[in-house]
Amino acid sequence: MAQVSMTVNGRVRKGQVDPRVLLVHFLREQLRLTGTHIGCDTTQCGACTVLVDGRSAKSCTLFAVQADGSTITTIEGLAAEGELHPLQQGFWEEHGLQCGFCTPGMIMAAVGLLHDNPKPSEREIREGIAGNFCRCTGYQHIVNAIQHAAGQR
Amino acid sequence: MAASPVLPKLVGQRVKRREDPRLIRGGGTYVDDIALVGMQHLAFKRSDVAHGRIRSIDTSAAKAMDGVEAVFTGADIAQFLPPMPIGTPFPSPEHRAVAVDTVRFGGEPVAVVVAADRYVARDAADAIVVTYDTLPAVVDVEQAMTGKPTVIHEQFANNLAVPLVPSGTGAAPSGVDDSAVDAAFAKADVVISQRMVNHRLAPSAMEGRGVVAHYEPGKETMTIWSSTQNPHILRSFIAALTGLGQDQVRAIAPEVGGGFGAKINIYGEEYVAAAISKRLGTPVKWSEDRSEAFVATTHGRDIIAYVDLAARRDGTVLGLKMRLIADIGAYNMLLTAAIPTLTMMMANATYDIPAIRTTLTEVFTNKTPTDAYRGAGRPEATYFVERAMDMLARELKMDPAEVRRKNFIKPDKFPFATQMGAVYDSGDYEKALDLALKNAKWEQLKAERDAARAQGRLVGLGLSMYVEVCGLGPSAALPTGGWEHAQVTIERDGRISATTGASPHGQGNETTFAQMLADQFGVPLEHIRILHGDTGVVKQGIGTFGSRSQAVGGTAIHLAGAKVKTKMAKYAAAMLEAHEDDIVFENGTIGVKGSPASAKPFAAVAAYAYVPVPLPPGVEPGLSDEAFFEPVNNTYPFGCHISMLEIDRQTGEPTLLKLVAVDDAGVLINPLIVEGQIHGGLAQGIGQAMIEEVAYNEDGQLLTGSFMDYAIPRASDFPRFELDATVTPTPCNPFGAKGVGEAGTLGSTPSIVNAAVDALSEFGVKHVDMMLRPEKLWRIIQGGRS
Repeated sequence: MAQVSMTVNGRVRKGQVDPRVLLVHFLREQLRLTGTHIGCDTTQCGACTVLVDGRSAKSCTLFAVQADGSTITTIEGLAAEGELHPLQQGFWEEHGLQCGFCTPGMIMAAVGLLHDNPKPSEREIREGIAGNFCRCTGYQHIVNAIQHAAGQR
Repeated sequence: MAASPVLPKLVGQRVKRREDPRLIRGGGTYVDDIALVGMQHLAFKRSDVAHGRIRSIDTSAAKAMDGVEAVFTGADIAQFLPPMPIGTPFPSPEHRAVAVDTVRFGGEPVAVVVAADRYVARDAADAIVVTYDTLPAVVDVEQAMTGKPTVIHEQFANNLAVPLVPSGTGAAPSGVDDSAVDAAFAKADVVISQRMVNHRLAPSAMEGRGVVAHYEPGKETMTIWSSTQNPHILRSFIAALTGLGQDQVRAIAPEVGGGFGAKINIYGEEYVAAAISKRLGTPVKWSEDRSEAFVATTHGRDIIAYVDLAARRDGTVLGLKMRLIADIGAYNMLLTAAIPTLTMMMANATYDIPAIRTTLTEVFTNKTPTDAYRGAGRPEATYFVERAMDMLARELKMDPAEVRRKNFIKPDKFPFATQMGAVYDSGDYEKALDLALKNAKWEQLKAERDAARAQGRLVGLGLSMYVEVCGLGPSAALPTGGWEHAQVTIERDGRISATTGASPHGQGNETTFAQMLADQFGVPLEHIRILHGDTGVVKQGIGTFGSRSQAVGGTAIHLAGAKVKTKMAKYAAAMLEAHEDDIVFENGTIGVKGSPASAKPFAAVAAYAYVPVPLPPGVEPGLSDEAFFEPVNNTYPFGCHISMLEIDRQTGEPTLLKLVAVDDAGVLINPLIVEGQIHGGLAQGIGQAMIEEVAYNEDGQLLTGSFMDYAIPRASDFPRFELDATVTPTPCNPFGAKGVGEAGTLGSTPSIVNAAVDALSEFGVKHVDMMLRPEKLWRIIQGGRS
């Protein structure tokens, strides 16, 4: 077992993990932050996307031990209690979700996208979230949601 | 009293979803988020051969691992779990949740591990050693029909699950009269004949399946959480197979991360989890991973059609023959056998075809079983007929829109009894076609296409009509019962809670049903809560599939609400010393027509009903009532989809340039949600046409077993869809709503293949089977023929 320590949503969290435990399982099962989801086992779908040191990353592709010392933001920590991040607001306003399963990862990926490119074109948005799958929406309302958050709608 | 704020009418408005605040914060609870004290984890050992007899299973290494509670082989499970039932009246071979002697598809379970955590459970499953006497596998459906090289179930000769079912003109239980169909073909100027493949797909909800089962021996009750579209059906089947009464089983569909038809079926893993929990007296969880989903969750489509279309030279269609062969995989699941019958049922499409013969044969192969996938039989019918209509237009050098227009069922012919035994409720197909042509700027698009071709580009246009059967359906048509249930309760504080058996998985019923009740009772949306997905809370129900939530479930909500409203009006009449017929509900108050000053707050009337002093004569205390809504008929939404596609002459890669959709789902409760449903359907329909395909090698090994190999569409694959609607209400329910969940998958797929054939027309191509793999198109461009 290995000792890990990381700052998750502003709190220092420590845990004992088997070195093979994925970051996403550490977040979900030890810290009970179940807003981060698992949609595949090959790092295609992006449902597990979180921010690691401010950049979006797929938490099924990291071992918890690799995130030792990192600062992690999950969907639960994206906005202060009782508030919504502009992307969360955009997804609500523009009907950017249906079943909601891909949504936390999609929002975290969009946070990374808008961090790098605050005023993306529609094509740049579509390319920018191509690492995140949604099976419900056909993506059009997700694109609208990101444009909403970017002040483009 | 102070004037109440005026509440807007909400039905028909683009109301933001009430589900979203929890979901965008990560606050939804899906099955895998559930953790119970003492919960054990299941992992399945699955067959890695497509067909074989189990020679030996060695579980000793697995059992010896720390943290392993138990290991069960198929033979062990068979001691306490009967074979799995199906939900259709077709003959079916015995199907064990965990195989006992023989495995018939790659991925079929052969053993199951119970362990303290998911990592240990997986390690232990991997440590089980199974040896097989491998049998020949058959993956080609037409080869399977010869009974060579293998028969998968002994009692089904030539692998025929359903030997041959005829339907259409002149087909009756007493016999089949082909004379009308033969006469139609005899007088035809032109006959289009084509074999078409509507290939196999993986539904791929983003949340895999999952189950938590918790049997409590003291209470003798089972609680089962499952990612299912129909918790009440799950409850019935779990009770039956675990030897419990339905009163002892509580089934909960918590947040469900998509279903698309594949979560209708009741799966072996659900039965096994329940049975093991009951046997061990401990809660157990199983979470499907994506690789498992590709083999263990039912696939969709996989039907071949031999289509013959007879017409006059002026484009008038005289007759249609469609010989369908469905590859259903290795077993019958809940609705497997019924799905292709919907393809037969919709063979009439939007056209007044006077003579139709369809036949259906269903065949076992060594593949994952099929069952419902979004559209479920209707996209197949649409694809076959719309491809044939397009081939006819090309043969006659007619505009594809005009050949369709010529054959439409005219608006004054509804209700229209089809050759296939359906009665279409209402329709105006020409209106939808004309709006789509106008929105697409059809003539201008043709000019753009021709200009692009003049530059050497391979650009094509495709058009497709569709009509689908939704709002399933009268109980005569659905073995589960075709009704839906609702209960509406005005709580003591004046808030409204309503239960629905239409258990959603992304459809937004918490919003649309609340919109309806808000208007019905004149109260704010925020005062209403829609409860669903829990048989402990929702007394009865069928579920969400077949685009039925609004048309059937929504109507049940409305009818239950009407009963409660009538009773509440009696209380209000007593309070206001007025006649109940003069009571009006508006703006959060209940008052007497014409004298708004006298109105009482809604909550005050509710409170009175629960402390009814004095009790109005002939009225019981309380405000709660239920309704079962049994529809008189299905609904038949329709529309027109137009595509523009370009194929790269160098690489064969197709690109979708434009998609225009006009959909008529009847009256819309929430157009924002409807658009979302159509977008999602379009994405899956386009995915089938362009990039999605389940593929097996000749040994029955799945080649597309992960998202690395099975291409589900990404945001970058699509242009912006252009949507519009016509509104033709259905007479089948009070709102006139038809249903929209599956519509997008119907017209989009043939419109794209029609566009691809158009783009390739310079090579003399008449037909190309999906999906539009660049290599296939490249070979055509290089001089091959399809």
